[in-house]
Amino acid sequence: MSLLKEPDLGTPGRKGEATVEVEIDGLPVKVPEGTSVMRAAALAGVAVPKLCATDTLEAFGSCRLCLVEIDGVKGTPASCTTPVRPGMTVRTQSPRLEKLRRGVMELYISDHPLDCLTCSANGDCELQDMAGVVGLREVRYGVGEGENHLDAPKDTSNPYFDFDESKCIVCSRCVRACDEVQGTFALTIEGRGFDSKVSPGGLSFLDSECVSCGACVQACPTATLEERAVVDLGMPTRSVITTCAYCGVGCSFKAELKGDELVRMVPYKDGGANEGHSCVKGRFAFGYATHPDRQLRPMVREQITDPWREVSWEEAIDTVATRLRDIQARQGVGAIGGITSSRCTDEEVYVVQKMVRAAFGNNNVDTCARVCHSPTGYGLKQTFGTSAGTQDFKSVESADVIVVIGANPTDGHPVFASRMKRRLRQGAKLIVIDPRRIDLVRSPHIEAAYHLPLAPGTNVAMINAFAHVVVTEGLVNSDFVAQRCEDFDEWARFIARPENSPEAVEEITGVPAADVRAAARLYAAGPNSAIYYGLGVTEHSQGSTMVMGMANLAMVTGNIGREGVGVNPLRGQNNVQGSCDMGSFPHELPGYRHVSDDNVRDIYEKLWGTPILPEPGLRIPNMFDAAIDGTFKALFIQGEDLAQSDPNTQHVTAALAAMELVVVQDLFLNETAKFAHVFLPGTSFLEKDGTFINAERRINRVRPVMRPKTGKHEWEIVCEIAQAMGYPMHYDSPSQIMDEIALTTPTFSGVSFELLDRVGSVQWPCNDTAPTGTPIMHKDTFVRGKGRFVPTVYVPTQERSTRRFPLILTTGRILSQYNVGAQTRRTANVAWHQEDVLDIHPHDAEVRGITDGDLVSLASRVGRTTLRARISDRMPVGVVYTTFHHPVTGANVVTTEHSDWATNCPEYKVTAVQVGLASADAETAANRVAGRVAVPTAGG
Amino acid sequence: MNPGLPPAVRLANDIAIQFAHLPFAEGVERVATHMRAFWEPRMLRALLAYIDAGGPDLDPLAAAAAEHLRQPA
Repeated sequence: MSLLKEPDLGTPGRKGEATVEVEIDGLPVKVPEGTSVMRAAALAGVAVPKLCATDTLEAFGSCRLCLVEIDGVKGTPASCTTPVRPGMTVRTQSPRLEKLRRGVMELYISDHPLDCLTCSANGDCELQDMAGVVGLREVRYGVGEGENHLDAPKDTSNPYFDFDESKCIVCSRCVRACDEVQGTFALTIEGRGFDSKVSPGGLSFLDSECVSCGACVQACPTATLEERAVVDLGMPTRSVITTCAYCGVGCSFKAELKGDELVRMVPYKDGGANEGHSCVKGRFAFGYATHPDRQLRPMVREQITDPWREVSWEEAIDTVATRLRDIQARQGVGAIGGITSSRCTDEEVYVVQKMVRAAFGNNNVDTCARVCHSPTGYGLKQTFGTSAGTQDFKSVESADVIVVIGANPTDGHPVFASRMKRRLRQGAKLIVIDPRRIDLVRSPHIEAAYHLPLAPGTNVAMINAFAHVVVTEGLVNSDFVAQRCEDFDEWARFIARPENSPEAVEEITGVPAADVRAAARLYAAGPNSAIYYGLGVTEHSQGSTMVMGMANLAMVTGNIGREGVGVNPLRGQNNVQGSCDMGSFPHELPGYRHVSDDNVRDIYEKLWGTPILPEPGLRIPNMFDAAIDGTFKALFIQGEDLAQSDPNTQHVTAALAAMELVVVQDLFLNETAKFAHVFLPGTSFLEKDGTFINAERRINRVRPVMRPKTGKHEWEIVCEIAQAMGYPMHYDSPSQIMDEIALTTPTFSGVSFELLDRVGSVQWPCNDTAPTGTPIMHKDTFVRGKGRFVPTVYVPTQERSTRRFPLILTTGRILSQYNVGAQTRRTANVAWHQEDVLDIHPHDAEVRGITDGDLVSLASRVGRTTLRARISDRMPVGVVYTTFHHPVTGANVVTTEHSDWATNCPEYKVTAVQVGLASADAETAANRVAGRVAVPTAGG
Repeated sequence: MNPGLPPAVRLANDIAIQFAHLPFAEGVERVATHMRAFWEPRMLRALLAYIDAGGPDLDPLAAAAAEHLRQPA
């Protein structure tokens, strides 16, 4: 499509059923009560001139350009700040108004460089547009004569956008966007009167609190805040609506191109997940897609010690198929398997699990959700009946109490965090359960009612204590429990036991019982209480138990089945929900149906023309164990860097090295590719055609912005491997794959590309019962019928701190980088995070003689690495924290084989470690050149 | 946990401890149900081989569950 310019109605819409009818320039219009005259006019088809107003921000009334005349009202009120009243008659054009507007514009233009023809915003400048609209023909005060700002300095410190103060009209849109949309409050208007200017706190943008979400750039009506790419390349000329490929929020973007060159990504206002907002990754960090490190040709090698040899697609596919069949002939059908990627589309994932089940003839397929949200799948299925979050993101706008457990939304899910922060600023109460004092605990205009800094590994004890308070203090929602749930009595007896009381668990969690009681009462009081959680819940030895514990708590208080409540996993990767939905788990076919179900297998066996094994296949950790054991010999890996992301790196690499064939399909020669025999180049999200499903079950279209740089779509490659193995598998297009998904999966039966292109997006279940999807689940009944209470006995993790390893390490990620960093490290985002660092409490640092910035060794019983320390009182005593974005640090060298008892999800969040000053042996520098610092601990 | 244990034994013990609070027979049923639903057959074979070899470090609940799932030869 040509460049899409979304309509701007000037001020935000208002909710409510009451309407007001007014007449604007003779046109009648009916709008919700509270709507501004400006918006009502826009809805009537009348554009009122404006500069400081935009419909993503509350009205400000500073530019004085949107003046109107209203019958019976004195003067010329600003239409943006004037709400409609019944029977109001408005005129937006008159000689008086035209004169006033021209006068305003003359003042603006007198202090604005008239370099329109060479300005980067030429053609996309509201000041330029308004000059035309008001008929400005002269500037009586001259331009640049007298005192002005035309020589104001330009701030180019941010890697993605420029701040050209000389072009600023001080409309405050950027400041308000930072406040209202992003919620960071990094910008301000400094000075008074003529000296007023936009300022990132008196610092450069790069050194300021700015998180580079781009909201200010988007809000700016001039070239003052402009993407560097537009400055360099010029204005884009066409748009493609697509979906971000970073986190599980799944923001919709307009990819704006000039010819075939992608100029910028602009958040799409009609995107259901993000409604026009973005973060630094989705907005700016897409350069990896065209990075020179990308490997675009297939490659093979006999041994992993051999050099790579570029080959044709035919040779690569034949090599994979021949060697897989050869291994199966010698080692058995179950000696091979595949891993699907949460970075890939539903259609790409679906064909991989189909290849494994139909062509490989086993169920040895798993996905990277194994190492993040597999406990969510288990826990929510046991209690509610399906493996997905209960709400849409918008639901948070109706929450009165928000509980954030083991998640750091401002870093991990920043666009959703902005929604959450907006609700918190409106007065919703916040409870944070996290060992670390995450930013949400205290940030501009937000302060948690309770921060419960529990000891790592004690989540279940904490959630049981919450439920204990509810049950023993008479806070149970008895009607909800009686009508909607089962197995309550047994659970209630369990949870009421003294060992689950806040006083009893205080010794376990380290959190004062009084705080727990108060927080539990607050949650129970609601009236709308919502739980949002992340990997700090799932990546524990009792991850699944904790998910069930949260579900119990939501049910016992009736916080399920309506807006503002629910149990909401904040999914890590862009399509982790979809990859799970598509049957990537070794025990489930698409739609979370167990492989032992004859009726379900029958659907696929008939369609695919081949039998499917009724027993589960190997999970990722089981594949590693079997590889070391010698019974698992080949692995197809779609877009996952196991060697960097999975725990206990030595174990992972030993398993990979033990296999006869490792096939890596990826953008880059990642750490895992060092162990690969075949490399199949993958496509970036800008080349893909398909769908992603975000954390709210929203199925979004991913549309190709450019053709595959590799010459083939990933689903085509997989089909060709299957065919080369003798199993016929062919699709003409990804929409055909989705049609097959819809045909075989009841929760997707209404989904098609045609529907998505028509309505934008839908949230599954999408079927005859819910033809346009299901934003809120379990409204009248749970998916499994009755919600099931499950007793959740707290069992301490077996990973304990010891005299040798007295600290507990927990890992996570930060805003500017993403997971193993394969994408973000290849963008200018490195400006904010050039290396992983170890956060350590001042006390723990002092007793070890560590000062800020020191190089320290981090050792567990399985490995050690070296990184820099950052002294931080956001850590509790005894707990240290780092990220895993850089292979040179290799944080997973120290994480262990402990895992969730139900799903094998690794226990990344609890590793006993010791930290000490690194010896001055220049180990880091030397090993960084070699590409790795981390090493196994001698004697393990 | 003993990191030197065979993986199937370690995983079985991890499951068993979660159901240790239940009456033994119910615990056996729950552990066995879980293994049947989530374990690839070679994992169970490895566990049974450990039992047959007189492996000493398997939780009795897990051992009973594995026996419950043992197919007739």
